[in-house]
Amino acid sequence: MKHNFGSFVKKETLHILRDKRTMLVVMLIPIVLMVLFGFAISTEVNNINVAVVAPHRTDGVHDAVKRLDANEYFTFKGYITPNEIDSHLRTGNVGAVIVFASDYERGTAQATAGIPTRPIIQLIVDASNVNTASSATAYLQSILLGSASQQTMFETRMLFNPQMKSAYNFVPGIMGLIFILVCAMMTSVSIVREKEMGTMEVLLVSPVRPVKIIFAKMVPYFAISCIVLITILLLARYLLGVPMSGGVGGIFALSLLYLILSLSLGLFVSTISKTQVVALLVSAMVMMMPIMMLSGMLFPIENLPRFFQIVSTIVPARWYIDAIRKMMIQGVPLMAVWENGIILLGMTIVLLSISLRKFNDKLE
Amino acid sequence: MNNELPIGGIDQAPCVMNAIEINNLSKRYGKVQALDGISFAVGQGELFGLIGPDGAGKTTLFRLLTTLIHPDSGSAKVDGYDTVNEYRIIRSRVGYMPGRFSLYPDLTVEENLQFFAATFGVTIEESYDLIAPIYKQIEPFKKRPAGKLSGGMKQKLALSCALIHRPSVLFLDEPTTGVDAVSRSEFWDMLAGLKKLGITILVSTPYMDEASRCDRIALCNEGKILGIDTPKGIVRGFDRRLYGIRAKNMFTLLERSRRVAGVEDCYPCGEQHHLVAADNFDVAMFKAQLSDMEDVNIVIKEPTIEDMFIKLMKR
Repeated sequence: MKHNFGSFVKKETLHILRDKRTMLVVMLIPIVLMVLFGFAISTEVNNINVAVVAPHRTDGVHDAVKRLDANEYFTFKGYITPNEIDSHLRTGNVGAVIVFASDYERGTAQATAGIPTRPIIQLIVDASNVNTASSATAYLQSILLGSASQQTMFETRMLFNPQMKSAYNFVPGIMGLIFILVCAMMTSVSIVREKEMGTMEVLLVSPVRPVKIIFAKMVPYFAISCIVLITILLLARYLLGVPMSGGVGGIFALSLLYLILSLSLGLFVSTISKTQVVALLVSAMVMMMPIMMLSGMLFPIENLPRFFQIVSTIVPARWYIDAIRKMMIQGVPLMAVWENGIILLGMTIVLLSISLRKFNDKLE
Repeated sequence: MNNELPIGGIDQAPCVMNAIEINNLSKRYGKVQALDGISFAVGQGELFGLIGPDGAGKTTLFRLLTTLIHPDSGSAKVDGYDTVNEYRIIRSRVGYMPGRFSLYPDLTVEENLQFFAATFGVTIEESYDLIAPIYKQIEPFKKRPAGKLSGGMKQKLALSCALIHRPSVLFLDEPTTGVDAVSRSEFWDMLAGLKKLGITILVSTPYMDEASRCDRIALCNEGKILGIDTPKGIVRGFDRRLYGIRAKNMFTLLERSRRVAGVEDCYPCGEQHHLVAADNFDVAMFKAQLSDMEDVNIVIKEPTIEDMFIKLMKR
């Protein structure tokens, strides 16, 4: 028997290359997602217009306003009267209004002296975007309190992502999503296509073991995923400025494991679906949704109801995204996330053995 | 090019009389009994036709013989090997062309052929002498994607791919369905050529007119075999007189003919109706009974395989 693995890989590569549209989509999606999440969709506080209500424009008030205006995230729009607050917020002219109490100076003095005092500043924030509002509030508080009483207030420091750039958070999420998309979805569809077109029938009536055909199918998708992986890492580093202080090697190694896991997942989907449409639906509903919702990509896992927290433990992307986040942003080495690595490896072995057992060389 | 390569690969088959032996084979899909205890044998080098309408169980039989599915009961041997226990050996010895077009439409003619050659661990050159009579006709289009070939050319490419490893038994499931009349006739010429090389061919078709090109045929319907014989033998089994009748109003003719005494059966067949006559049928009396109809015409017909099929089916 002549070695025919190479010609299977070649055939599979031809399929992919001939389908230029899909190819383009696969290559472009990561770039589009990275740019989209990196720049357009962000929960960062940026350019928030602030108006100030101050009955007495004392030195303390001037001081606070100056500090506010100097901050790049806020723009001071001017002083207004209490009656105008509502209309300004309603029209969206300003995103937040700071109201200084008439006895602001006395209050500050008392606070500095350590005497308990009633609130001396009121923040009125447009919370139509909850994320922005809460970050803005926290940030405004820290700016204003900086002057009021350094001694009595907590000092908060944001570690690892001091500017709270949301892009940092999204990069691992995008990676967790993209590889499932490329590996699992495309592999499963491509295997099921052979069943649907009837070519599987011809291939089965040949001396070749179907497993060989399946593995040959995975090779080009694995290669594409590697290119995508490199693209994402380059974009993350040089376009979004993600630090990756934990070392690129570890990120790469864990990603390769995740790629293999995704391929096994695709193989598994192909064994349970008979048509391409079913394979697509299973990939979309059973894989994409949990990844978006339960992996910590969009919502922190700790915030999920208890039930979904338990469900999330079987979502591979959860462990992958968590580990990548730690390595990329926190800067820990691969060894520090070994638990995630072991879980991913275990999932790969289980999935691969189930689907290889399920994949038979009969039509039934 | 090597003309001395034996058919069926390097190792010779054990000495068997029959290329295909089927014993009491049954297969059920849910409520449908696709195959109902059929038995027959196909001799080596024979061109054997399975004739029957859609749903007769032809494809199921092909899938059982090509080891793609398990039988519920019964057994079958291909080239002397059991389809259940020795299916791996069978898979490397037979060529299979499923009913629907099953090549890669996005790959070119040449790429398809190369891929299937690699699947069987051979090269196109090694088998070129075998496939040449067929492949030469599509070779000018070898850079064209298979999906853009005409129906006839697709069949030729599929046959070339099925032959690439010099199979000893060829399974062709409705190879001429959806192909124009000229290509169909050409295709049967090619099969005759392959038969001369000693390849056993099992071919199915819903077209009765193609049956005469086979050595022997099996008429099948609803999972059962109605009769097996040579095409001539099948026709000879038709022991009634057959007439072709026509009239201006064909539908009324059919209705009324069926009520005439001595008419065993009457059914439409192409542009006329075929009338199966019982012993007490009398042409003059028939004409007299239908004298009020316009342009009634009755002639003696030679029975065809289709007439025999209808007769067997109604029994």
